[in-house]
Amino acid sequence: MSKREYISPQGLRIDGRRASEIRRVSSKLGLFSHADGSASIEQGNTKIIASVYGPREAKRRSEALHDRAFVTCEYTTAPFATNERKQRRKADRRLKEISLELKNIFESIISTHLYPRSQISLFVQVLQSDGGDVAAAINACSLALIDAGIPMQDFLTACSVGFLDGVAVLDTNYTEGIGSGPEMTLAVLPKTKAIGYIKMSNKLPIQHLETMIETATEGCIQIYEILKENVKAHSFALLHARGT
Amino acid sequence: GGEQQYVTTGEIIGSETGFLRGHGTHAKDGKLQATVSGFVQRVNKLVSVHALNARYTGEIGDVVVCRVLELGDKRWKLDCNSRQNAVLLLSSVHLPGGVQRRRTLEDQLRMRQFYVEGDLISAEVQNIMSDGAISLHTRSLRYGKLLNGFFLSVPASLIKRCKQHFHTLSSLSIDLILGNNGYIWLQKSAKKHLGKLERIQAEGKRPLGAVAVEEEKGEGGESK
Repeated sequence: MSKREYISPQGLRIDGRRASEIRRVSSKLGLFSHADGSASIEQGNTKIIASVYGPREAKRRSEALHDRAFVTCEYTTAPFATNERKQRRKADRRLKEISLELKNIFESIISTHLYPRSQISLFVQVLQSDGGDVAAAINACSLALIDAGIPMQDFLTACSVGFLDGVAVLDTNYTEGIGSGPEMTLAVLPKTKAIGYIKMSNKLPIQHLETMIETATEGCIQIYEILKENVKAHSFALLHARGT
Repeated sequence: GGEQQYVTTGEIIGSETGFLRGHGTHAKDGKLQATVSGFVQRVNKLVSVHALNARYTGEIGDVVVCRVLELGDKRWKLDCNSRQNAVLLLSSVHLPGGVQRRRTLEDQLRMRQFYVEGDLISAEVQNIMSDGAISLHTRSLRYGKLLNGFFLSVPASLIKRCKQHFHTLSSLSIDLILGNNGYIWLQKSAKKHLGKLERIQAEGKRPLGAVAVEEEKGEGGESK
């Protein structure tokens, strides 16, 4: 079995990027008029949409908290998102796990104490999956929450990083992600570089862990700068459309 | 709004010393950080950031258009585009005949005769409860059930607060209610709602002294 070469001798990856280059990021806010906030993000070929409903009255009174809002999240993958069409059941364990992780992250980031007895619902759907899905989902949720005007501690951004051929590679795509090396998803708060979420699959020699985290943090900051400009452009366009 | 400072979530606005934290900000390590993305508003020492799109936050005295969601214990629960459902207490509803009396058990049993689930009503914000829920009242004749019209929903931040939220477009004979919560109601005007000048002109009579008054006002404007 021939060993697949992920990084060429010239230092180029399968898609022509260098080890510390992220894919092209583009985003759009305010997609759906009926949701309080919505956003779509494209990182390379990975396309994700997120929408936020809330804060609004809790659907189930028993779940309402008297002093703060609670967050629910639903993360789904469209059947046409992967190479092979696959109908996923709602109770798919991996999807439920990611939903729970997103709920936990955003429940700690959002200033929930401002909205007692309310509910904030996040809905994320992967339209096209090409690696770094969860990272892009976190970015899409951050954008959707900003579009909804819900206060958060900071602009959480996430990036995936892999370790292939002895090099930490930033923003892995699908082929690199299912490769022999580990894949780490990291989300940071850009101002303080504090880690909001970290998850890794496979095994990694411990001496490379710090490099991985540093590389991922750099990627998150790069994505943050791009998304920040997108948010600003969207706000000014909205203001212009409103005639002020 | 072009000269105002725009900040995204997490950006530092300034140092904390000497400033009061308003909405949309929080203090971190002695610095003011924005928690929403929007324009910074500075009023004396108060610094706040307002997002362009946010749910309606009630203020006492606002006129709102709401939809009844359910009937509860001596109250109605309404949807008013806010973080929680608004509450309309039975004691805050205008009784027919303008009678001021204590609500009895019969009133409680006849709640459905006032408003049922799905009804649209116009009301005024009476009170904001500690958890942010809005309490409404319809204690004036101008508030109440809305029938035979057209309902429209816009983002709440587009409706500015003004003295009058009940308008009449006389040339189109349309009555307009601009709810502060972004819910708008349009209905056809009844004839008696025409302004005085229009009514007199409709009857074919010219009001005495009307022309002179207009000319005076015109001259006054030009001399300024």
